[in-house]
Amino acid sequence: MTIDLKTVKHISKLSRISIDDEKAKKLSKDLNSIFKFIEKLNELDTKNVEPLSSIVQKNLKLRKDQIKSKNIREDILKNSPENNEDFFVVPKVVE
Amino acid sequence: MDKLSKENKEYLIKRNTNEYEVVIGLEVHAQVLSESKLFSTSPTKFGSEPNTQVSLVDAAFPGMLPVINEFCIKQAIKTGIGLNAKINKKSIFDRKNYFYADLPQGYQISQYKNPIVGEGTVTLDLPNGEKKIGIERLHLEQDAGKSIHDIDPNNTLVDLNRSGVALMEIVSKPDLRSLDEVNSYIKKLRSIMRYLGTCDGNMQEGSLRADVNVSVRKKGSKELGTRCEIKNVNSIKFMQMAIDYEANRQVDVIEEGGSIDQETRLFDTKKNETRSMRSKEDAHDYRYFPDPDLLPLELDENFINDIKKNIPELPDEKKKRFIEKFKLSPYEANILVSDIDTSKYFEEVSKNSDVKLATNWITGELFALLNEKNLEITESPISTKNLAKLINLIKKGTISGKIAKTIFEIMSDGDKDPEKIVEEKGLKQQSDPKELEKIIDKIISENPKNVELYKSGKDKLFGFFVGQVMKSSGGKANPQLVNEILKKKLN
Amino acid sequence: MSNISDFKLFELVEKIKKKDLSSKEVTNAFIERSKKSKKLNSYITENFEDALIKAKQFDEKPDFNKKLPGIPLAVKDLFCTKNIRTTAGSKILENFIPTYESTVTENILNEGGIIIGKLNCDEFAMGSSNETSFFGNVQNPISENLVPGGSSGGSSSALAAKLTPATIGTDTGGSIRQPASFTGTVGLKPTYGSCSRYGIVAFASSLDQAGPMTQNVKDCALMLEVMSSYDDKDSTSVDFKRGPYLKDLNENIKGKKIGIPKQYRVDGMPKEIDELWTKGMKIIEDNGGEIVEINLPNTNYALPTYYIVAPAEASSNLARYDGVKYGFRSKGENLIDMYEKTRSEGFGDEVKRRIMIGTYVLSSGYYDAYYLKAQKVRRLIKNDFDEAYKKVDAILTPSTPSSAFKIGEKTNDPVSMYLNDIFTVPINLAGLPAISIPAGHDKAGYPLGLQVIGKAFDEQNILNIAYSIEKNINFKNNINDWWIN
Repeated sequence: MTIDLKTVKHISKLSRISIDDEKAKKLSKDLNSIFKFIEKLNELDTKNVEPLSSIVQKNLKLRKDQIKSKNIREDILKNSPENNEDFFVVPKVVE
Repeated sequence: MDKLSKENKEYLIKRNTNEYEVVIGLEVHAQVLSESKLFSTSPTKFGSEPNTQVSLVDAAFPGMLPVINEFCIKQAIKTGIGLNAKINKKSIFDRKNYFYADLPQGYQISQYKNPIVGEGTVTLDLPNGEKKIGIERLHLEQDAGKSIHDIDPNNTLVDLNRSGVALMEIVSKPDLRSLDEVNSYIKKLRSIMRYLGTCDGNMQEGSLRADVNVSVRKKGSKELGTRCEIKNVNSIKFMQMAIDYEANRQVDVIEEGGSIDQETRLFDTKKNETRSMRSKEDAHDYRYFPDPDLLPLELDENFINDIKKNIPELPDEKKKRFIEKFKLSPYEANILVSDIDTSKYFEEVSKNSDVKLATNWITGELFALLNEKNLEITESPISTKNLAKLINLIKKGTISGKIAKTIFEIMSDGDKDPEKIVEEKGLKQQSDPKELEKIIDKIISENPKNVELYKSGKDKLFGFFVGQVMKSSGGKANPQLVNEILKKKLN
Repeated sequence: MSNISDFKLFELVEKIKKKDLSSKEVTNAFIERSKKSKKLNSYITENFEDALIKAKQFDEKPDFNKKLPGIPLAVKDLFCTKNIRTTAGSKILENFIPTYESTVTENILNEGGIIIGKLNCDEFAMGSSNETSFFGNVQNPISENLVPGGSSGGSSSALAAKLTPATIGTDTGGSIRQPASFTGTVGLKPTYGSCSRYGIVAFASSLDQAGPMTQNVKDCALMLEVMSSYDDKDSTSVDFKRGPYLKDLNENIKGKKIGIPKQYRVDGMPKEIDELWTKGMKIIEDNGGEIVEINLPNTNYALPTYYIVAPAEASSNLARYDGVKYGFRSKGENLIDMYEKTRSEGFGDEVKRRIMIGTYVLSSGYYDAYYLKAQKVRRLIKNDFDEAYKKVDAILTPSTPSSAFKIGEKTNDPVSMYLNDIFTVPINLAGLPAISIPAGHDKAGYPLGLQVIGKAFDEQNILNIAYSIEKNINFKNNINDWWIN
């Protein structure tokens, strides 16, 4: 299979990373060589294999329903690129 | 808007000679009642100052990790049990990936292929009987924050207080067929969750919102039409308006020979129309995958059984009990059980007084009063204790029904004790036969002409005598006794 | 008398406890040497002034019961450190100053450690040569223009150059063991679940593990003891009995069965590595261990599996870098425009490439063919190890298929770069502990490492085996301070 320019553009849109045509071409080449290498997996028959999503073989840890965090608004907003004492600020959202 | 009427008539859309049936499914997002958020220890309280209930986890700072709230899991299971649904012993939390200003992680932790609750049913009480609506699933997920577009003209502001609050998404099967059924379904869900204490059902505060799936098909057709999803509608009225608009739109498209595109639409409450959200279509590949920061949730039998043991009586059972034990009609029982607070109020009152009278007074006078004052039953100006006292006064014959209404009005101003009102205002019913005889004798002696006429066969004049007696007793005479004595004296 | 910076970590601990040295003297020595070593570009952020104040404070009120009493340490810049800039080697976090501390660095601070700086690394730990860092290449102190390995390249460089007595890294596919191998140092990746991931900038959550990088095995045992803890802020942290690794360290490997997987004998592997491996086997046998041939049939599929799983998780983990809450933001006409520009300008090429791979393998229509397939193969790889461990106590392999390469040598060929992790990646997929120790040199005099892989939570065992090999090999790094004028 090949990852063409159109696919690269689509993925870049999904990833919210803008990309110019030249970079897209280079990326398409890189991705193709990487996927050629990845497709080695098709040699394996995995029909009856249970997928492994977590290596830790135990139950999910459950937390008690207790409020522990305080109001840290200042800390939360301190690193934000466009500061405002109350909110995060982003450019207007267009529908 | 006759389509929104309370009758459960068939909801069909007619064009020329064609009749279309509307098929509706709901994805209800119910905020879980809990102290802290689903994956962080920040509070969930509504209406706080912006960004004051946000932890490093909620704002997705680098290296922050989710740890799940046990109580939210229990709440979901409880709700599942209330929906007569299968509780899945193994469920998985997935990431739903998309970018939005109020989604700090760039993904929402949700459950995709393996939800915590599977199929169930909800029973609707409709005017012409019961109808069962299938539940497809219930899963847990995080709420997003809030984007505010109308404070700053150039920017969008983001408040993350709600970010990470636990939601239950309850997905129905496409079993709903009318606006009344939608109304009844939402109310029933809300009622069940309020009984269970798993969601406060407060639609104004956004604790209950829904995505609505609508499709249409020619009446009699068995196949489902292509559906459209209307996102994030936050009141029953808007849901009904959106469905009505959308169903009519779809019928028009089909009637003109077109076909429906499966898409997400938005309901514009100002214009009362739905419109396509095509701009979001390209970002619609959510790339779900199991969240590697969490492990599969595996529940053992005991954990589930402990919850089952503590499930309170739910509306359906309560209704059954009210009908059997109190001999209420299904209609009365429905009214009294549909809201948990009403049912509690009723049970308090009826515990200490006559059930039939309690039913009538609550569904009659009290509801009218609450309605007029725009109050919830929990804010009732008349306490259960005092209403029970009032009912007992009637039952014992201390006061007449008519006087009771007067007393009720006085009570509504500051929850006054009816017994004291009776005493203070001297409203006690006159039931002493000797006293009544005195009055009656006086009336008879003052109206010899009428007495003569009555005796000569004008039976209707009996009413005149009763009226005179009541008038002269200031309305307090026991009407039954008055009748008896009058009859004796006049015959 | 030798320089303070020549002492091993455990020696410094002893000297401070015996009051032969003060924390200030030790801290100052490493800071002074770091200042003379800017050419290596090991540091991203220096914390020298603050560290000296802390050292003074320690000396005024010393607590010698601590495991790292007043010991200065520079750490990989992937650990969030309170009030010290944390960049993950990326422009997108160039000015990010955390208000919180990672659990691992917190453990270090609690044991008396002092942070003297944040060390360079590949951007978001994605790389094997430290060449993807926004803050530039790092020099391997072994030789000029040689890569220090990656992604913990700043850590391995600073450690080998003695700018820090020990350090910590993170390892997602080999990022501790490969740079350790390239610089003649010791690096250990613990069992997944041993060190908390709380406060570590995430790359691939199901694979990331923090671990120690040290001059020798003894220091490694000490550091692991400090770093590893059960943490209820990390749902994947495991509550198992953590040993007193240093106290229980011994070189007795009598009766231990050590597996040799034939699949690790790859084509084109330099003769020296093969010889080194054989040498390792001989040491084990000489010390009473038993060599057992084992089979890890799916080894060849580990790297392709890794290059699906890791980018998939990364594509999602890095979605939070969107210019909204912290970090770099590029001006945009609207929200989406801002996102696209911020992420395009804020991330480097390798990171973008991996985000794209990850996005693709998770996207609709490809999930089953790639991501699900990879998760299934991951199960097979784990099963291979489970089978092998029915027969052996640990496994011995080379750490890398080659020694360190030149800066720029592999930057244009991502696949050849990825192949560098061929011996380390399977261990991350299976969540096992593994240690790389220096064991010899190639023709050019560059160090080569051997890797000892253990059963889950059996860190003590691989430390002991490594300790035994270390004693017998007597490795010496040839570093001539070429970068200091």
